[in-house]
Amino acid sequence: MEITAVFYLLPALIMFCAGVYGFITRRNMIAILISLELMLNAVDVFFVVFNRYLHPGQLEGMFFTLFAIAIAAAETALAIAIIINIFRATKNVDVRGLNEMKF
Amino acid sequence: MESVGSIIIYVILALALVVFSIMAVTTRKILRAATYLLFTLFAAAGIYFQLDYEFLGAVQIAVYAGGIVVLFVFSILLTSKPGDNSEALSSKSRLTGLIAALAMLLVTGAALLSRCELFAARPEMQNPDMHLLGSVLMGTGEGQYLLPFEAVSVLLLACIIGGVVIARRR
Repeated sequence: MEITAVFYLLPALIMFCAGVYGFITRRNMIAILISLELMLNAVDVFFVVFNRYLHPGQLEGMFFTLFAIAIAAAETALAIAIIINIFRATKNVDVRGLNEMKF
Repeated sequence: MESVGSIIIYVILALALVVFSIMAVTTRKILRAATYLLFTLFAAAGIYFQLDYEFLGAVQIAVYAGGIVVLFVFSILLTSKPGDNSEALSSKSRLTGLIAALAMLLVTGAALLSRCELFAARPEMQNPDMHLLGSVLMGTGEGQYLLPFEAVSVLLLACIIGGVVIARRR
């Protein structure tokens, strides 16, 4: 049996769709952020698999993934700072309870 | 032709990726969701290792598993009591999410399966060594990434300052 690109792409696609499902159904802001991380990581796997199978010897997909990981780390740190700030102001991290921009 | 060992490792990694990512979005305990996210990230790192990008797998484990998941666990413990269940989903929101996810799965899956070049065998590749990675990351020529590297360094600085300013006590 030969492991072709599709064998890696389909699990990553299911991971992305799980992220979409979680992003829509979750109510806790941190759970939404976890779903977002799932989607980001699925796209990273896509980049790497396309790079490895379609353009071996080039490094574009790998460096896109590298920068995507760095930016995802920055984004997560800022988002968690915002969530903790909101929690301090309203004592709640449920998105349904947040319908004002100013506290 | 792949060896039996690499097929077994592939099956384990793919199953872990699928099962843990679905469990991460369906479990009702938020701390468990973070743990399943950690396992999913490890499986993705394993896929990078299997595809010969060792440096990328190491970065994935160090930054994601070592940094981001720890941040998640800290913020979960700061904002909710451990052992809390999130309330059960209404059937309407679950239906909306399922429809969106399945539509995405069908459309993208059909698009992927219709491309015959994705069924080719894995081509041979020299593992990118650290010398090559360093010169690509620090060079200014074609296909080299000094400018994005510097942009990311400014972004991380802005992120540090922003995190301190946003989260500090007034």
